[in-house]
Amino acid sequence: MSTELHTGAELVVKALSALKVKYLFGYPGGTVLDIYDALFKQQDVEHILVRHEQAATHMADGYARATGEVGVVLATSGPGATNCITGIATAYMDSIPMVVLSGQVPTGLIGDDAFQETDIVGCSRPIVKHSFNCRDISEIPNIIAKAFYIASTGRPGPVVIELPKDLLMPGQSAEFLLDAEIKMRSYNPTVKGHHRQIKKAVQAITQAKRLVIYSGGGIIIANAAELLQALVEKLNAPITNTLMGLGGISGLHDNFIGMLGMHGSLEANKAMAHADVILALGARFDDRVTNNVKKFCPNATIVHVDIDPTSISKTINAHIPVVGLVDIVIKQLLAELEETNYLINQENNQDWWQQINQWRNEKSISYENEVEGGKIKPQRVIQAMYQATNGEAYVCSDVGQHQMFAAQYYPFAKPRQWINSGGLGTMGFGLPAAMGVKMAFPDSHVICITGDGSIQMNIQELSTCMQYNLPVVIISLNNRSLGMVRQWQDMVYGGRHSSSYMESLPDFVKLAESYGHIGIQINSLDELDEKLAQAFAIKNQLVFVDVLVDEKEHVYPMQIRTGAIDEMWIKKGVKA
Amino acid sequence: MRRILAILLENEAGSLSRIVGLFSQRAFNIVSLTVAPTEDASLSRITIATEGDDKILEQIVKQVNKLIDVLKITDLTERQHVERELLLIKVLAMNDKSRTEVKRITDIFRGAIIDIGKQVYTIQLTGDADKLNAFINTLANETEIIESVRSGCVGIARGEKALRAK
Ligand SMILES: Cc1ncc(C[n+]2csc(CCOP(=O)(O)OP(=O)(O)O)c2C)c(N)n1
Ligand SMILES: [Mg+2]
Repeated sequence: MSTELHTGAELVVKALSALKVKYLFGYPGGTVLDIYDALFKQQDVEHILVRHEQAATHMADGYARATGEVGVVLATSGPGATNCITGIATAYMDSIPMVVLSGQVPTGLIGDDAFQETDIVGCSRPIVKHSFNCRDISEIPNIIAKAFYIASTGRPGPVVIELPKDLLMPGQSAEFLLDAEIKMRSYNPTVKGHHRQIKKAVQAITQAKRLVIYSGGGIIIANAAELLQALVEKLNAPITNTLMGLGGISGLHDNFIGMLGMHGSLEANKAMAHADVILALGARFDDRVTNNVKKFCPNATIVHVDIDPTSISKTINAHIPVVGLVDIVIKQLLAELEETNYLINQENNQDWWQQINQWRNEKSISYENEVEGGKIKPQRVIQAMYQATNGEAYVCSDVGQHQMFAAQYYPFAKPRQWINSGGLGTMGFGLPAAMGVKMAFPDSHVICITGDGSIQMNIQELSTCMQYNLPVVIISLNNRSLGMVRQWQDMVYGGRHSSSYMESLPDFVKLAESYGHIGIQINSLDELDEKLAQAFAIKNQLVFVDVLVDEKEHVYPMQIRTGAIDEMWIKKGVKA
Repeated sequence: MRRILAILLENEAGSLSRIVGLFSQRAFNIVSLTVAPTEDASLSRITIATEGDDKILEQIVKQVNKLIDVLKITDLTERQHVERELLLIKVLAMNDKSRTEVKRITDIFRGAIIDIGKQVYTIQLTGDADKLNAFINTLANETEIIESVRSGCVGIARGEKALRAK
């Protein structure tokens, strides 16, 4: 029997195609030219040429967040690889499955400070789930398969593979051999919750008088939204979402009490503070949620469900830890509730809801309407955007005030609709992420909500959008400043606006046009709805909507630093 | 509180740097660290002496366990265990008086003089950290210490308990 031999570059591409990879986001350079040559000769994997490697990582990331599949990146050694660092860190912080293939100088030159040599495995070590140095051509297919397995199972995350050029070039060859099954003796993510912990959890939940369910990005990643809804309804419990967890339950659901944390709703933070039992599902008690950990919900019994044991009792001590995949654990909880014939204690439940509704009635997510002829309020733009898209768009955000306004004023009905860099807070994420989403769902409305600062961090991708016809709708809440920075300077630094102005903004309309797109500027409220409708009616061209908004607006509510979770400014000068 | 952690991990390029990196990245403390392949050459065993309260230790153990190439980690200090460290120390032994004194101290601590030079003795001693510290202090009172090296501690559980791949 004759065996077919392949170069390392061919093995890479064959492995990707065997793993059903549709798109590879990348940028060529010396050490990966053999892979580019191999890509040229086949049809299975389509390469998307970005304009900066950081954008390739965010594009792959957006694609992964919207589809749940692994996003795949290809970069050359040295500067190509280091340009990926921010995108890898972004994916790491939000647990996004991603595989980054990086070139490396030939094996014989490693360590010599060869041209375009950087130790990318070393550089990325603190921000990856795992990484591989490839040193033997025959290992290539199995290393790639392992990388996909690790990236997408357990708590997902980015995996980096370093491929030295001599392993890719003609000269060495090997058979394409993929193990039928991936086995790793040192990696077996726990999936099911321990039955004793499930029983304890259900006991705590059913005895609670003031239960709150607090859910995060884990629900989205585990595709557990329907199960979560069933649990919420079974218990008639109030539910709050983290910034990463929005869409985990419909933003329109009666039991949804809004986002919690730094810019969360009054009712969400109050409910947490007054709860006697908190059921945390796929959330990690991030400091942007807890505020001062020393004052965090002292009277609550905390049931913490997470796939990652390190997340449990890291910042907030869990009384009942449950390690497992959150979808499976919710099923276990539901089964246990069924088994114990659980019935809601109507009296307690009603009292609790009555209290919550009082907080709700304070309408903390609100803003002062425009005065006649005044500037457009940024919140109003989000509401208009919601109307114009029937609430059905994918909303990919950059980082700043606009991000918080979008999180507060666009109720997401479904998981994966809201795509943002929550953990790292990466400005420049929005546009490439939206492009990745558009690749996956070309027929859906895909919005990039951004600011005049963030958009300029990856603006070069307008060119990629042109090349691949990616008609995303960019809505920039242009406040002529680094709004979120300025807000902190107003509130904490005596109004000294140190380097938070954008004093030389480009003409965004002309800029969009110069890339062959459509630019629209909106600067009065009268034209907001109409012009947005126009923008969304254009299906086959990218539209850049530059909305001039009130630069004085702050994001409220806002937690008061060092305070408890529910100590907040409701609006300027008004404490909760 | 001082703890001794034993880690069994894949003997692969980069696995040690992941452990060391993790400790520095998360501001955990390494008092000493030793590493070597085990009888099964595909596995390495690391012993780390560290310091921290229960909460920090819980995080260390969980974080190390989370690394993909770690098979097992255990806190030896939780149970009865044996710990040993090797000391090689070179001291000044210029005249008869200091030579006899150094020899006498070495004997009392059950060490061994393993090399001599014109004016120096090199001594080997094994034991736990306390014993080594006491030995060094005693020597320092008697003569001048020229050089010393400690292996960092290794440890193993007493009795049937064992740290193995399967
Ligand atoms: C890469 C990066 N650099 C700096 C920051 C810090 N930062 C957070 S929000 C912000 C301002 C964002 O300005 P803009 O995009 O205009 O949004 P706005 O707050 O005005 O809505 C800055 C500088 C960051 N999050 N990311
Ligand atoms: Mg701005």
